[in-house]
Amino acid sequence: MPAVERPLIYANLRKPGYTVDIDCYLRNGGYEALKKAVALKPEEVCKEVEVSGLRGRGGAGFPTGMKWKFLDRKSGKPIYLVVNADESEPGTYKDRQIIYQDPHQMLEGIAITAWAIQAKQAFIYIRGEFIHGAKILERAIAEAKAKGFLGQNILGSGYSCEVVIHRGGGCYVCGEETGLIESLEGKRGYPRIKPPYFPAVLGLYNCPTIVNNAETMAQVKHVIAFGGAEFAKIGIPGDSGTHIWCVSGLVKRPGLYEIEAGKATFGELLHDLCGGPLDGRKIKAIIPGGSSTKILKIGERFKGKLANGTEFDWAVEDIPLDSNSIAACGTGLGTGGTIVIDDSVEMIQALSNLNAFYAHETCGQCTPCREGSLWLSRVTKRITTGGGLETDVPLLLDIANQVAGRTICAHGEAVAWPVQSAVPKFKDEYLESIRKRQKGEAVPTLKLI
Amino acid sequence: MHESPSTTAPARALKPETLAKAPAIIAQYPQKRSATMPLLHLVQEDRGHITQDDMHWVAELVGVTPMQVLEVVTFYPMFRQSPIGRRHVRVCRTLSCALRGSYALMENLEKSLNCKRGETSPDGDFTLEFVECIADCGCGPVVHVDASMHENVKPEDAAQFTAHLKATLKDPSYGQNPPVPGTPEWNG
Ligand SMILES: Cc1cc2nc3c(=O)[nH]c(=O)nc-3n(C[C@H](O)[C@H](O)[C@H](O)COP(=O)(O)O)c2cc1C
Ligand code: SF4
Ligand code: FES
Repeated sequence: MPAVERPLIYANLRKPGYTVDIDCYLRNGGYEALKKAVALKPEEVCKEVEVSGLRGRGGAGFPTGMKWKFLDRKSGKPIYLVVNADESEPGTYKDRQIIYQDPHQMLEGIAITAWAIQAKQAFIYIRGEFIHGAKILERAIAEAKAKGFLGQNILGSGYSCEVVIHRGGGCYVCGEETGLIESLEGKRGYPRIKPPYFPAVLGLYNCPTIVNNAETMAQVKHVIAFGGAEFAKIGIPGDSGTHIWCVSGLVKRPGLYEIEAGKATFGELLHDLCGGPLDGRKIKAIIPGGSSTKILKIGERFKGKLANGTEFDWAVEDIPLDSNSIAACGTGLGTGGTIVIDDSVEMIQALSNLNAFYAHETCGQCTPCREGSLWLSRVTKRITTGGGLETDVPLLLDIANQVAGRTICAHGEAVAWPVQSAVPKFKDEYLESIRKRQKGEAVPTLKLI
Repeated sequence: MHESPSTTAPARALKPETLAKAPAIIAQYPQKRSATMPLLHLVQEDRGHITQDDMHWVAELVGVTPMQVLEVVTFYPMFRQSPIGRRHVRVCRTLSCALRGSYALMENLEKSLNCKRGETSPDGDFTLEFVECIADCGCGPVVHVDASMHENVKPEDAAQFTAHLKATLKDPSYGQNPPVPGTPEWNG
């Protein structure tokens, strides 16, 4: 059966003539879920989200309802909601569409979440490059306040919540939730040490804070609109709702595809929806969920047993598009940013491109991440410029193994995983690239570094 | 880490509108220091870069030392301490765009804009840079110019794209209008 899309988050913005103003949103059923939410008690809204099985869309896939439960509600300090609209993981461009084309959907989710967790102040940390995006959101907030959906005395409930837009400065690590909090406090975006700085306990200004991704906020709106139990029926048990697949790289139709969790496979996504490889090419590998997730090589097979006992034996094309199945293959759904690499690409250059990214983005606090990312980048660059040695291949793995698990934030894993996953799978090709350059033979013309 | 040299040229005062916007920005936050980045963005939008005097001004407003503001300026790639050309041309370098030809595009733009990456053209019109992923990966190669996003700029289109950018130098509204979905520069 060919894959079909099920637009939920993108339902409005795909309608011809849909605009960002509040009247258009209201004509399309906007803010009805908020009305439903404020008629419930905050605990009841939290319960709906828990029952829905919604998992965060920022990359780690943490259950949203459970995150909200961790909030320290006893400290007496104000509770903050921080929306992560930094969208900085390479390969990911889904939140951009919500912000630029349907901002009220996200704001409605924010208003519902603020009510549920009893936050009187919310911040949207938006990446600095989204200059118009920030303006669109500011206008939308003013509209929502004028209609009583945000600001003072929301819908006559007596409850108030202000929303402030905060622009970042072009820094990947400020997408990490504690780096983001530091940045929002007006400092360098150095991620904090956990424990003790779990945001739900010691977050913004050392107050209890919920950090959720921008799309997660939009999903919350639908959780309330459907009701938790109904929402849980979308997708599969353990992964509910839809995932927005951001396909980029070398396919005929790169783009955004919203699919019910687990209701299609990578093969269907890449071949039915994206039109398959470019003419005369073959897909060689995919990075499934943003550049930090582990690479999958076309041709490899995955065998094992899922948590629910189902045995599987899959090629890459057979992997169902849900977080548990993808995790069972040793990688992650991440942000859904699938980067497609075909047979015209020299794998060492692809790795070198990503190594250069992580070397640029390390914040420099932890020695393994700071030194390791630069060292990895230098070694792959050395290979691509012709100075590589065969011993460089095991060296890459050796360096990466010393970074993962030894750092303050998950940027360390982001540095290590592309190398740790690609070296075993593409070792022979890397060695071939080194030998070709030693002998002065021709190398692929597509330059990636 | 992201260092840039500080400028020595004497700088003009900030515009009165810029000064007038500061109090409302600061008042949005429970703690004044949080206004550091928004104030720096404000300054940079006014003058194009950030001077030592600006950092002193921000420091005083938010109640920190100028050094604490400098720490912020040097950490974030978007903040700069020296002037740039009239148009800031940023080509995405990261994998999705690279797979679609951003390195070849950069080489062609270096010729057509008459400056190397990281430099400003001799006539002061363009500063050309490689940047990391700007969250528009499905439309690569993408080029972010001031506040406008240009999608699917193919390497072979570099000369035509340059002509377009030169024409925008005479258009004061370039990058100012709200983006319209479906047009080539919609994303901003
Ligand atoms: C280096 C790094 C960068 C990240 N960048 C982002 C980002 O741009 N946007 C985002 O929502 N989450 C990002 N995250 C994940 C956040 O730390 C956090 O898990 C997420 O915002 C939580 O939201 P969720 O529970 O709704 O998924 C990043 C994490 C790391 C380690
Ligand atoms: S792991 Fe890297 S990015 Fe994260 S805190 Fe350490 S040095 Fe900074
Ligand atoms: S890789 Fe170029 S925009 Fe993401």
